[in-house]
Amino acid sequence: MKKRLLENIVHGVFLILGLITVGCVLLITVYLVVSGIPAIREIGLTDFLFGREWEPTGDDPKYGILPFILTSVYGTAGAMVIGVPVGFFTAVFLSKAAGGKLRTAVGSAVDLLAGIPSVIYGLVGMLVLVPAIREIFDVPDGASLLAAIIVLAVMILPNIIKVSITALDAVPKEYEDASLALGATPTETFFRVSVPAAKSGIAAAVALGVGRAIGEAMAVIMVAGNVANMPSLFESVRFLTTAVASEMAYSSPGSLHREALFSIALVLFLFIMLINAALNFFLKRRKGE
Amino acid sequence: MKKIVSLATAAAFVCLALAGCSAEKGGSVATDGSTSMSTVIGALGEAFEADTGITVTYNPTGSGTGIQAVLEKRCDIGLSSRALKDEEKEAGLEETVLAYDGIAVIVNTENPVSDLDMETIAKIYKGEITNWKDVGGADAEIVLIGRESGSGTRDGFESITGTEGECKYRQELTATGDVIATVASNPNAIGYASLASVEDTVKALSVDGVKPGEATVKDGTYAIQRPFVLVTRKGEALSESAQKFFDYATSEEAVSIISGAGVVAAQ
Repeated sequence: MKKRLLENIVHGVFLILGLITVGCVLLITVYLVVSGIPAIREIGLTDFLFGREWEPTGDDPKYGILPFILTSVYGTAGAMVIGVPVGFFTAVFLSKAAGGKLRTAVGSAVDLLAGIPSVIYGLVGMLVLVPAIREIFDVPDGASLLAAIIVLAVMILPNIIKVSITALDAVPKEYEDASLALGATPTETFFRVSVPAAKSGIAAAVALGVGRAIGEAMAVIMVAGNVANMPSLFESVRFLTTAVASEMAYSSPGSLHREALFSIALVLFLFIMLINAALNFFLKRRKGE
Repeated sequence: MKKIVSLATAAAFVCLALAGCSAEKGGSVATDGSTSMSTVIGALGEAFEADTGITVTYNPTGSGTGIQAVLEKRCDIGLSSRALKDEEKEAGLEETVLAYDGIAVIVNTENPVSDLDMETIAKIYKGEITNWKDVGGADAEIVLIGRESGSGTRDGFESITGTEGECKYRQELTATGDVIATVASNPNAIGYASLASVEDTVKALSVDGVKPGEATVKDGTYAIQRPFVLVTRKGEALSESAQKFFDYATSEEAVSIISGAGVVAAQ
């Protein structure tokens, strides 16, 4: 009986710890929806989502977040265009072709890259990348969508590489041996046999990268210039994340401005939920295979 | 049986987590007004509370609303980042200048321009002058660096130069340090930052021929500045704790706290 009691106490402890996580998710979701909906109602869904002007403190305040949505979409897509090929080929190389020492060295460099705090990415971007873009492309100022895309591309690399490597390493060796025995070269084997066998894992890696890129605020706020322009490669732009982060501190509580920021957060939250759903879809499919 | 024990344990945990969340209550002082003064009032309130145990509440509603709140006796001390108007004084209010907020206009150290008048600064920020050669500099596009909307420094700069809502910013940054770092790294940038945080990585411009500095801000010759004012009702005693806070804020002791918040103390 005593043993049973102890068992039950431990069960209770684990139960409450599990419930804390679930509780946090529920709390955040409910809070965001409750505080995000009123402003959307007041502004009007179409004006809010498709308005091109954001001037919350003007005499005639405007709350259009289309520039932020498009910037987030373009910025993330741009980061993918650069980050996915680099990350993918690095993963294939590290998993299949690289020898012991090289694999360890590059692998630990990737781990290190994953551990760098985003504010450091932002700082280096601000002090090195932004002036470099200004000089190379001869534009008046380097803080732009391009700078943000490059920083995001570097930031998502470790996620893409590590998850892809795990997927590629899990490909049964027999598949590759069979391909080699049939006379295929190692390169053919990697790209025609290993990669297709690991494709759902690689897709999950990409979805994870998208999630990280769209949710990043700190590094982006330091290199993107943060003016609510419609996105353009060399213009200063503002992302969904940075729109919330930059104005939250000073918007007066209870004002429509503050509430609209919560609505932006809600839109961002929905974006991330979508990406997570996609991620789950890929992972489930992999298990089913 | 099993379930009951589990639940009881869970409940015990929650109780443990919630214990120790009780606070004793001292007096409190209600302040209301200027959003720009949040750093100063925050720093003063914190130090004051540590000394006396009296809490200072701050409601950042804007100078106009703060002044109105004192008049309607909804708070102890109003906070205004502009001097009181004559009609406000006639309505029975009294102002005590707590500090002066000087805003420096900064450019890159490589920039040959070192003096601009107020009108030119306004024209530059409104986008009417877009090239440094028009104001005696190199032939290059002017890059306007500013702060995010709602920032006290932006609000101060725009209201003093008369450019509210018309500034054509290239970058809107969220911290004074970021503005300074950006101006320091771009030879064609111009920005503004609270005077106390400007160091020699950038060049602070003279405005109408007056160099910005603590002395010129205090005597009023440097134009881009505004007073931070404590507003009270004339001839009416403050509550005991409010009077204590008022005395503390205007004492010698508070000077270092006020300058720590980036403004020039009036004492």
